Amino acid sequence: MSVVDVADAGGAVADRGRVYWLLSDCWNVVRRGLTHYQRQPINIAWQLGFPILSVLLYGYVFGSAMTVPGGGDYKDFLMPGMFVMTMAFGFINTATVVVYDSTKGVIDRFRSMPMAPSAVVAGRGITDLVVACAELGIMMLTAFAMGWRPEGGPGFVAAFGLLLWLRFSLIWLGVWLGLIAPNPEAAGGLFAVAFPLTMISSIFVAPQLMPDWLGFVAAWNPISSTAAAARDLFGTPVGDGDSWVEGHALLMAGVWPAVLTLIFLPLAVRRFQKLSR
Amino acid sequence: MTGGFAVRAEALEKRYGEKRALDGFDLAVREGTVHGLLGPNGAGKTTAVRILSTLVRLDGGQAQVAGIDIARQPREVRARIGLTGQYAAVDEVLTGRQNLEMFGRLFHLGGRRARQRATELLEQFDLADAAGKGVDKYSGGMRRRLDLAASMILAPSVLFLDEPTTGLDPRSRGEVWQSVRELVASGTTVLLTTQYLEEADKLASRITVIDQGRAIADDTPDGLKNTIGGDRIEVVVTERADIPRVVKVVARVSDGEPDVDEAESRVHASVTDRVSALTEVARTLQDEGVPVEDIGLRRPSLDDVFLRLTGHRTETKDEKNAESAKGTAA
Repeated sequence: MSVVDVADAGGAVADRGRVYWLLSDCWNVVRRGLTHYQRQPINIAWQLGFPILSVLLYGYVFGSAMTVPGGGDYKDFLMPGMFVMTMAFGFINTATVVVYDSTKGVIDRFRSMPMAPSAVVAGRGITDLVVACAELGIMMLTAFAMGWRPEGGPGFVAAFGLLLWLRFSLIWLGVWLGLIAPNPEAAGGLFAVAFPLTMISSIFVAPQLMPDWLGFVAAWNPISSTAAAARDLFGTPVGDGDSWVEGHALLMAGVWPAVLTLIFLPLAVRRFQKLSR
Repeated sequence: MTGGFAVRAEALEKRYGEKRALDGFDLAVREGTVHGLLGPNGAGKTTAVRILSTLVRLDGGQAQVAGIDIARQPREVRARIGLTGQYAAVDEVLTGRQNLEMFGRLFHLGGRRARQRATELLEQFDLADAAGKGVDKYSGGMRRRLDLAASMILAPSVLFLDEPTTGLDPRSRGEVWQSVRELVASGTTVLLTTQYLEEADKLASRITVIDQGRAIADDTPDGLKNTIGGDRIEVVVTERADIPRVVKVVARVSDGEPDVDEAESRVHASVTDRVSALTEVARTLQDEGVPVEDIGLRRPSLDDVFLRLTGHRTETKDEKNAESAKGTAA
């Protein structure tokens, strides 16, 4: 590591490439985000509490009463859905941190420093993906303890990848919302919007068991595709509905997050740049 | 070449929709000084600081900070400035040390040097004992000092201090002032915006008054006070109803219009012949039987200057903050 002397630090944007410093800045922002969890472990417990509680509640309380098209085990249907729900709710966590940083002035301090501005946002995204991996790991262990038995191998890895891909696309929604929210309380309200949006999907109940119009909306819900694709890849497929989107779950689990990214990444970047207007 | 000026701004323009936040704002800050920037709420103080610290782009005019053009080389400027105050915060979850190390690495010091620098700054700002505590457990004064320390990591040429003591108790305020004086002694230039005229009077060697996006005065604190006349006679009456009578009496000895502060039942005006003015006013009021709470002579304060220049009392936000700043606001 090169050492910069503070005495001549006036001109000390040290002599390394831009890419080096971009990566270094990114890593330091990630490190900050992860240190937050280390200092407030309760936060990760809160974040995991809801999905784990849902796994237990829906698995044990409703599990016996739920039917799965094609007669599979409800656990096999539910668990991948739970993983998707956790990924989907993740944008609220992103938004909460971003709104806090922007209203308290932490982002402005970063912007007044000679670091790469893009590292502020990119670092946030990477932190969220690392945390998402931990969340998925813990939930999968819970599911396993409850008797969920996925197939290992490439399918498992691919399912894990698709779940992270969904989380990745929603980071930008979270950053964008975090930058437009006037205060942290407003970000808390996002849950009220997110909850119904995740319910009207194939996460808890197969769309073909819903009223027609609702089933149609649920089938076309982006997170339904990820859930269906994950069920397939975990080797625990259930009878799919006969609509086109349900028949192409794997394809759409790749396409939907790409679309979300194409919409919200530019919006988030524009909003970030707008801070200097 | 900076020509002895750490900050030079010429004809800065900034528009937000219809509103002209800055409308031809000029500023020149000498190297190694504390320069106060005063103005009522919405006058453009914060916009000026945010533009000069490269957080916001300007719409017109030009400025150099530490000799570097802020529009052309913002990143070079950022390596030479510190920003502290209500708009640039530290991380409240991390400890004091974690904050300084993180900012040190983001200032590209490298891990080892960042750790060293954090230790130095924690010592210097008297935070060594609290280094391992979360910032959310810090007192207001400690937090402000950590904020200052974070701005000092690269020993900046220019430090922007945006209302550094708003909401602090008098003791913490004194500590922050002490830190600022030490920084300036070590060669840093400080541009200070503040609500508290007393603060500007104590710290700044020069003051720019901004109103409606323009600099309307620029002088030393004493120079500003002299522009509104010499000493002032001040009468506080017992009954508010007597104010008009007192105004008449005071006007006879004053070389200008007396100012009236209804809320405090106070009449004051500048006078040249101090003692005879005081005697005459005292005698006349006694003859007319006007009950008087207090009467005396005093030097004009920056409040008087401010009132004269902008037509506002210090400002409304002061009242909002009055609770936390009891007794110290001018």
